[in-house]
Amino acid sequence: MAVNTDAIGKTYPKTVYAVGREKIKEYANAVGEHNPIHLDHDAARAAGFADVVAPPMFAVVYANAAILPGLFDPEVGIDFAHMVHGAQEFRWGPLVVAGDEITTTGTLTDVSERGGMGFYVFETESTNQRAETVCVGTWTNIVRTG
Amino acid sequence: MDIGDTFELKVTPDRHLTVRYAGASGDFNPIHIDEEFAKQVGLPGRILHGLWTMAQVARAHTEALGGPDKLERLSVQFRGMGVMEEEVVVSGTVREMDSERAVVASEATQRGKRIIRNGEATIRL
Repeated sequence: MAVNTDAIGKTYPKTVYAVGREKIKEYANAVGEHNPIHLDHDAARAAGFADVVAPPMFAVVYANAAILPGLFDPEVGIDFAHMVHGAQEFRWGPLVVAGDEITTTGTLTDVSERGGMGFYVFETESTNQRAETVCVGTWTNIVRTG
Repeated sequence: MDIGDTFELKVTPDRHLTVRYAGASGDFNPIHIDEEFAKQVGLPGRILHGLWTMAQVARAHTEALGGPDKLERLSVQFRGMGVMEEEVVVSGTVREMDSERAVVASEATQRGKRIIRNGEATIRL
């Protein structure tokens, strides 16, 4: 089964995520963070931040919605039941803190086939309310094409 | 920090970890939270979210190397599957360094099997 490469370059509508203090704390607890700047807003302020600081991997929370439409886009044609997350890269800019508003754009940057498997690569670019790029993500999903 | 320096992080996810992580991250794929569903699709049971395991790799770097602002880039490949109630061991090694940045190689294992491989991070110095 050949993969369909026609949708390469397709960009999906921007998503906007308002970063909440309690969501950062919930995420930080779920991934086992101990650094008080992620868990205690007084400690974060004492360290010079406006509010609690998102751990770098909190990017999955604010950026994920931007690629969901691509995963289910019939023009891309991912067989979701046979998809696994193959690889992930994030590049980070300034730290994200509670109160920030993050806008993310998702793009399908590559589709290829190797060894009977389809590789679907999405890129997300996330910017804060000051138009600073806080994170660029590269999400590689692998689908067994049988 | 010097080339060749190593660090390690060990953490054992408890049996409800994937439920808490699903809520925290918004990833409710049933293979992570529904034992019966996971078995129906051929898995041994519920498995860890790869991005939770990647977060452990990220945390190993930020705890060992000076805080979240130091992590400029992290790239990983997911392999196999992680399970709950088994210790996850993250290990990292400083491979390259100049006056501004260091490059760190990493992996994560469970029972000696790699669940994350080819981890590579860039650290701001």
